Amino acid sequence: MNDHIYDFSQLTRHIDESLRAAMSPTWAVVVELVIIGLVFLTFYALLGLFLVYAERKVCALMQNRIGPNRVGKWGLLQTIADLLKLLTKELVYIERADKFLFNLAPFIVIIASFMAIAAIPFAKGLQAIDLNIGIFYIIAVTSVGVIGILIGGWASNSKYSLIGAMRSGAQVISYELSVGLSLLSVVIFSGSMQLSEIIRSQADGWWIFKGHIPAFIAFLIYLVAATAEINRGPFDLAEAESELTAGFHTEYSGIKFAFFFLAEYINMFIVASIATTMFLGGWLPLHIDHWAAFNRVMDYIPSIVWFFAKTFFIIYVIMWFKWTFPRLRIDQLLTLEWKYLLPLNLINTIVIAFIVMMGWHF
Amino acid sequence: MSLSEIMFYILAAVIIVFSILTVTSRRVLRAAVYLLFVLVATAGMYFLLNYQFMAAVQLTLYAGGIVVLIIFSILLTSHISHRFEKPPLWKILAGGSTFVFGTGLTLWVLLSHVFTPSSQKAMEVNMTEIGNHLLSLNKEGFVLPFEVISILLLATMVAAIIIAKKEDNTKSDEI
Repeated sequence: MNDHIYDFSQLTRHIDESLRAAMSPTWAVVVELVIIGLVFLTFYALLGLFLVYAERKVCALMQNRIGPNRVGKWGLLQTIADLLKLLTKELVYIERADKFLFNLAPFIVIIASFMAIAAIPFAKGLQAIDLNIGIFYIIAVTSVGVIGILIGGWASNSKYSLIGAMRSGAQVISYELSVGLSLLSVVIFSGSMQLSEIIRSQADGWWIFKGHIPAFIAFLIYLVAATAEINRGPFDLAEAESELTAGFHTEYSGIKFAFFFLAEYINMFIVASIATTMFLGGWLPLHIDHWAAFNRVMDYIPSIVWFFAKTFFIIYVIMWFKWTFPRLRIDQLLTLEWKYLLPLNLINTIVIAFIVMMGWHF
Repeated sequence: MSLSEIMFYILAAVIIVFSILTVTSRRVLRAAVYLLFVLVATAGMYFLLNYQFMAAVQLTLYAGGIVVLIIFSILLTSHISHRFEKPPLWKILAGGSTFVFGTGLTLWVLLSHVFTPSSQKAMEVNMTEIGNHLLSLNKEGFVLPFEVISILLLATMVAAIIIAKKEDNTKSDEI
């Protein structure tokens, strides 16, 4: 069906073969690891710059402003200028802080997001590692990130940081359940946890369309819970600038602050790309039944464009949340999860299991 | 030395060093973070064995679950300036001799046993297989331990809720 879509594994296989021809297999693997690392680091930096710019533009749009418009054309170089400023800032040393843990915290946060991004399929055949437990692996490694926030808040030896870290911990532990359960619904539908397999199961229709209303409910729950899990507004209680200065990263400055900041945006990208892969067909083009010509035209758009278009649409929705809704209180936040989302999610999962058992989905 | 051997030695070194640091550190949160390193390196071992399911379980349950809860309770109960007292000499000696004896015994058992490497090809661990075995009543099924554990967890949760519940003395007669 999708045979004429360009397969990136041709390119990667070609690189692999030429490397193996030039050197011993051991060194070929090492060089490949270095190449993948560099590609992801570059991608990280560019994505971070772009998402910060996008956030400011979307924020300006919601608030009827123009947004950054002085540095470069349409303010495109604004975030680069910000980055240079951040890099030259002094790294403030905190008295009586636990220095080792204080310095370690940003790395835990950023490594967790870095490990998650390795399993995401960006286009047909373009995936660093296709584990047979794909989605479970992503849930597992992202759950480690909160440890960085917790120890960063504690090691700062500041009340604002500590309160921010506690709130963040309670929030992430609670909402992880909803994220996991709503993703489980797609695992039940597709019968696999491997991401490439999940995408293949959507070749004749995305799960959000094929899975009736329960899949749509799972998608909505995922969006809400994932927004909460990455500590973004309206669930940004961990930072809550009007009451906690900056929450868990109050005491951080310069490049260490930049790490937290970058990880937050990359996590938003990861969350959006998981939503894309699980519910919106990943890199698959939009197909409508019996519209052969339309489907054919859609196939000519490269798969990587489809992936990023869908992901950035989800990111736009998440930003839209942030600039539209007021921040919740901590008790409202926990009530929402434990009294509404979680029971709804459990019932929804049972309904989906029943649908799959009866074979009612398309 | 092959790459996987190098990885094995790195992971083994991480596990040993941070296990020792976990019990010798005098700052409680640092001990918890060292424990996190040990657990993550163990997950790395499972990845090295190509047993990805177990590695992910290790990461979610231990690194993402238990260590987060430990750190959370440390955040609630301990201050950053707090240090454990230095243990008295007899405790160090008793612990040290137990350590030497235990390590010696384990090493002796391990080194005297002859391991025969399996010549069979490594099998892919199938998710569906694990699921079927967990809920199967047949010979290789694990449905009884599965259910027993779920009852145990339910009992624990009920107990936790009862402990955490605030006592309302004024209205206790009406209920």
